[in-house]
Amino acid sequence: MERPLNLEILNGHLVDPKNEIDQVTNIFIADGKVAAIAKPPDAWQADQTIDAANKLVLPGLVELSASLREPGQEHKATIQSETLAAAAAGITSLACLPTTDPVVDSPAQIELIEQLSQNSGHCHVYVIGALTAGLQGESLSEMAALKAAGCVGVSNVMRPIKNSLVLRHAMEYAASQDLTIFTYAMDRDLANNGCIHEGLTSSRLGLPGIPAAAETAAVAFQLALIEELNVRTHFCRISTRRAAKMIARARYDKLPITADTSILHLFLTDQDLQDFDGLCNNLPPYRTRDDREGLREGLQNGTFSAICSDHQPHEIEAKLAPFQSTEPGSSTLETLLPLILELVHKNILSLCEGIRLVTQGPAEILGIPAGNLHVGERADLCIVDSKLDWTVSSETILSRGKNTPLLGDQLTGRVTHTILDGKLIFKNHS
Amino acid sequence: MRHFLNIRELSSEQLTHILDTAESFTSVDGQAVKKVPLLRGKTIVNLFFEPSTRTRTTFELAAKRLSADVLNINIATSATTKGESLLDTLFNLEAMNTDVFIVRHPESGAADFIAKYVAPHVSIINAGDGKHAHPTQAMLDMFTIRKLRKDFSYLSVAIVGDILHSRVARSQIEALNILGAKEVRVIAPRTLLPASVEKLGVKVFQDCKQGLHDVDVVIMLRLQKERMQGAFIPSEHEYFQLYGLTPERLALAKPDALVMHPGPINRGVEISSEVADGPQSVILQQVKYGIAVRMAILSLVISPEQNGAAIES
Repeated sequence: MERPLNLEILNGHLVDPKNEIDQVTNIFIADGKVAAIAKPPDAWQADQTIDAANKLVLPGLVELSASLREPGQEHKATIQSETLAAAAAGITSLACLPTTDPVVDSPAQIELIEQLSQNSGHCHVYVIGALTAGLQGESLSEMAALKAAGCVGVSNVMRPIKNSLVLRHAMEYAASQDLTIFTYAMDRDLANNGCIHEGLTSSRLGLPGIPAAAETAAVAFQLALIEELNVRTHFCRISTRRAAKMIARARYDKLPITADTSILHLFLTDQDLQDFDGLCNNLPPYRTRDDREGLREGLQNGTFSAICSDHQPHEIEAKLAPFQSTEPGSSTLETLLPLILELVHKNILSLCEGIRLVTQGPAEILGIPAGNLHVGERADLCIVDSKLDWTVSSETILSRGKNTPLLGDQLTGRVTHTILDGKLIFKNHS
Repeated sequence: MRHFLNIRELSSEQLTHILDTAESFTSVDGQAVKKVPLLRGKTIVNLFFEPSTRTRTTFELAAKRLSADVLNINIATSATTKGESLLDTLFNLEAMNTDVFIVRHPESGAADFIAKYVAPHVSIINAGDGKHAHPTQAMLDMFTIRKLRKDFSYLSVAIVGDILHSRVARSQIEALNILGAKEVRVIAPRTLLPASVEKLGVKVFQDCKQGLHDVDVVIMLRLQKERMQGAFIPSEHEYFQLYGLTPERLALAKPDALVMHPGPINRGVEISSEVADGPQSVILQQVKYGIAVRMAILSLVISPEQNGAAIES
């Protein structure tokens, strides 16, 4: 591997929430690490200088949930294609899900994903392993082996678990291995194969609805177990105001939990599905306006420690069907940061808080050394032109998945440079 | 009007124009006229992904009476059939230079989906999609009501039964509201009502006696047998006890109230034979008017010169 260059980024607006930096300054990078902030280290000689005047300089973003589709679903995307998209999005660390084919329930799968990621060299990839063998929800996965192979947490994602006792044992065993459980709260019986929030829109369109209670019932049930067992748990993709309130209460009660919501849940509602737009098919579904406001309040009052893109790239055909037959999920990596900036622009979050929710917050949930620019830390960062307008289209996003409900929308803010381990790995030429 | 997908996107004038056009296709006794050359040389495809007798045959008759060529295609489908094959089917049929697809599909939104991707010269008529809409059925129901009661603004209409799973009910509710009915009621146990149903523009009753009081029209919905398995209702027996339309119950409505049903009826489940075959029942007239109404809709989507000022693309 070539020697990382001595890189200096001058005059940028550096926002590093963890280290409480929010000012125009310089950053100096040597040996792949942050060498100094503001003033150069002694005897500094830069090999490369980037002028970041009028731009934001941020810790590389940390994404909690990206489906990379490899192995097994390369017709949707590959690790190569999606880590490149991550680099274009300013994301330098991401966690991928075990829902590949085969599923990630053995060290071999983790090694494969890590190998492919290293070959790609565009993003640090962390693996969330399967909570149960084959994600079948019946017996435990070999969590100690998964942990030894580097997995950062375990999850059954949206796959059902046979019964409450299996879930209890899985939680306890994961805790024994010091693994965080990433849980998706949806009562499958109440969800009843629904594909849209249960409410006026579902009634009008005649689509099977998922009531808010499918989420709150599952949250309540899992909180009861967490309280009993004291197991570290992260609630993924909370979508309702009521569930957010339950999480807030449990956090106040000092339960060992964290939670996130997805960036699109902070913008879309069930009303965006009026004309059966399959691009808005998502699980959990986009809820009501009131839920969206509740989630935004949850960002402000600390209920949520992270916002994730919940990236799910699909081939075009996956969305070319009547609504209920389309596959849920959107390609979202590259719209994450512009939408965070939009929340800032709308005065829902301060710039520092907005950036914290996609850097320090998710890094701490994953327990990884990322999401801040402390001297001596890995030099993962991105430079952002926060004034640049661009239009979301299949040409402007690099992800192989062009399935985003934002197609045609104009967003403001775009990553111009991404630096991974001190190396400039992405530059936006437009 | 290029496509006819659902009721709610149409205005009162557009719905009235459809009803007036249907009227022009009926003779004095309400029978559809036997044959007019309006659509000679046009090809109409009945594309049915779900079994149907009444709707398919009345569309076929309507098309033939307009002198069009008709192709019937029944495609056995399953929940796993992917959109890709649906679009492929469509493009293949399109290549045969067809003019209209009449689409029946088990999934809500299927007709909207097809309309989005079909070639510009092809029109789509929704003949029922999932639990979403059945707009031609709703229009023939409106035609029947108008034929027998003239003015919607005086009418209270009660729709009784499985609203939750009914595309017919959704389209009827939209049509009645747009045409200015005085009151639209739905009567059902909560398990058979969709969420926030009152926001669709109806007054909700769980009690049949209260709900039927003084109404001018009673529309009964078919109760599917599989609703017992889904734990929506305990038994046909109890359902009939609570919601079945008997002569005693019908007596709560206005004395001359019309009894309607989109068919096929389940005698002794949602309606007693005495009522179904009784003097207030207009169930068979609905079927009869179905042909003229479908002729009207076909002619309006297919030949622009028929489109009055009220109906735009």
